[in-house]
Amino acid sequence: MSGQAKAFRPEPGALTRWLILGIVGLVFLVPIVAMGEFTLRRGLEGGYDFSRWIAVFSGGLTGEYKGVLTALGNSVVLAIVTVAVMLVILVPTMILVQLRFPYLRRAMEFLCLLPITIPAIVLVVGLAPVYSVIAKMFGSGVWTLSFAYGIIVLPYAYRAIQANLSAIDVVTLSEAARSLGAGWLTVLVRVLLPNLRRGILSASFISVAVVLGEYTIAALLNRVNLQTALVIVSKSDPFVAVIFALLALVFAFFLLLAIGRVGAPRRSRREPAASITAPAAVTPTGASS
Amino acid sequence: MADTLVSVVAPLEGVEPAAVQARRPESSRRAAFTVPSFLGLVPFAAYILLFLGLPTAIALFTGFLDGTGSFSLTNIEALADPLIVSTFGNSIGLSALTAVIGSVVGAACCYALIGTNPTGLLRSVVDSASGVLAQFGGVMLAFAFVATIGIQGMVTVYLRDSLGINIFADGVWLYELPGLILPYIYFQVPLMIITFLPALEGLKPQWAEANASLGGSRATYWWRIGIPVLTPSFLGCLLLLFANAFSSFATAAALTSQGSQIVPLQIRSALTSETVLGRENLAGALALGMIVVMVIVMTLYSLLMKRSAKWQR
Repeated sequence: MSGQAKAFRPEPGALTRWLILGIVGLVFLVPIVAMGEFTLRRGLEGGYDFSRWIAVFSGGLTGEYKGVLTALGNSVVLAIVTVAVMLVILVPTMILVQLRFPYLRRAMEFLCLLPITIPAIVLVVGLAPVYSVIAKMFGSGVWTLSFAYGIIVLPYAYRAIQANLSAIDVVTLSEAARSLGAGWLTVLVRVLLPNLRRGILSASFISVAVVLGEYTIAALLNRVNLQTALVIVSKSDPFVAVIFALLALVFAFFLLLAIGRVGAPRRSRREPAASITAPAAVTPTGASS
Repeated sequence: MADTLVSVVAPLEGVEPAAVQARRPESSRRAAFTVPSFLGLVPFAAYILLFLGLPTAIALFTGFLDGTGSFSLTNIEALADPLIVSTFGNSIGLSALTAVIGSVVGAACCYALIGTNPTGLLRSVVDSASGVLAQFGGVMLAFAFVATIGIQGMVTVYLRDSLGINIFADGVWLYELPGLILPYIYFQVPLMIITFLPALEGLKPQWAEANASLGGSRATYWWRIGIPVLTPSFLGCLLLLFANAFSSFATAAALTSQGSQIVPLQIRSALTSETVLGRENLAGALALGMIVVMVIVMTLYSLLMKRSAKWQR
């Protein structure tokens, strides 16, 4: 559209670029700013102050926002258990498939990306009876929800770990270690896991972010987590709900920023971008991109 | 001579059995290993079966049961009920509208991001912000829009007090179907950025150079190379956005106080009250309907992605 001198570069001119990014960025900032503005309002007399923020944090665990803080605690427990489920069940299986059953890779990819096609709201219809059995076996502790959350984070976690797994030569590494006399446990713990640190870390962070933002399953199975508590609080005290929502969004933002940084030093861009791009992972060639 | 010959050969002879010996336990250990290594797949398989396979099967199967637990098609027939049909229509309409707007705006942002440093600050911030809004917002986005265009929202108040425009002159629409459009666009655009940007980065610089050396302009580049190559990915991302909106529940659940204008909300009321249209197990039939739509959309998506992958080798 502009001169021919730059014709062999598909990128936009600086003006076009900043015009588009500026307008979209500003529009997208409005709701976030509005959340901030909303929490600083001083009630009927108008004006702004930090009283609501102070009230939330001064009460501590015994204050009137105890419910939300307990729910936050529940969500943290869920995040930890979900990451544990992922580490114990998904990671060894992926390594095993990579090493021993390469012909199962496509099947594994299909399974791990399946939760994208099955909406959480559909899953929950079938999870209700499953969870009534689980409640009898393990009690109705909130942590049991992590089994369902493990499924929800599967596409994200798979994507992050697979990107890392494809980048290293697992077979050569483990054969080298085996020929030097290492047992399989040593190979796993001292050779493979350190090489997969980056992918595992990304997968864990993403899982934490997903679990902290999860609402559908907890709400319909009548469990209390951060999001369900926020919805309940918002009915009586919308200001507090917005404060916590704002904090959670900012926290998730920095968590993802950290993933980008974790992935950055080496093969710069693909890893972080791909790892939060679970849907793009449906691409058949996605695993090795 | 013979001695030296022997001494040369002897170690070789001695090595041979040792090598065979060394190889044998290795191979037998391998053979022994393959049996338990299959067992290594069991925990994952069992987990997937129990928490993905079983719930999905139950969700789909219950649609075929009536209140007493025997097989019937009445719930499936209920999918043809005008109320359900209009709910599916609402869901599909909302998803299509927000997918189209989201993909166009998102593609424009991706275009603007071409040529920026992938590890630079701008891209890190855009990536993270997109990730948060596209995938983890849910309930919190509903709050954001209540604070923005709610009855006391920042924008509502500003427009009312400063410009004299009342956006709710015809009634408060934020908590009904039209109110979902803006929040949905708010998570669709970031999802488009996340999914479409890799496709734009797959455009090879050689193509631009070839275009330039053959005397093509920027317009020729986009019309003859860029757009044709990117069309399958763009359509694929559009479908993905559709699927994303269609299956999304949290934002709508937190925003709409009453009524079930979209399918996920209707599943909720079917699950919690069991009195939608006076039928039990309707949730199962609705879930089946959703899955059918999702499978069609995602199959088309993967076909388009297969096609777009051609150019990315």
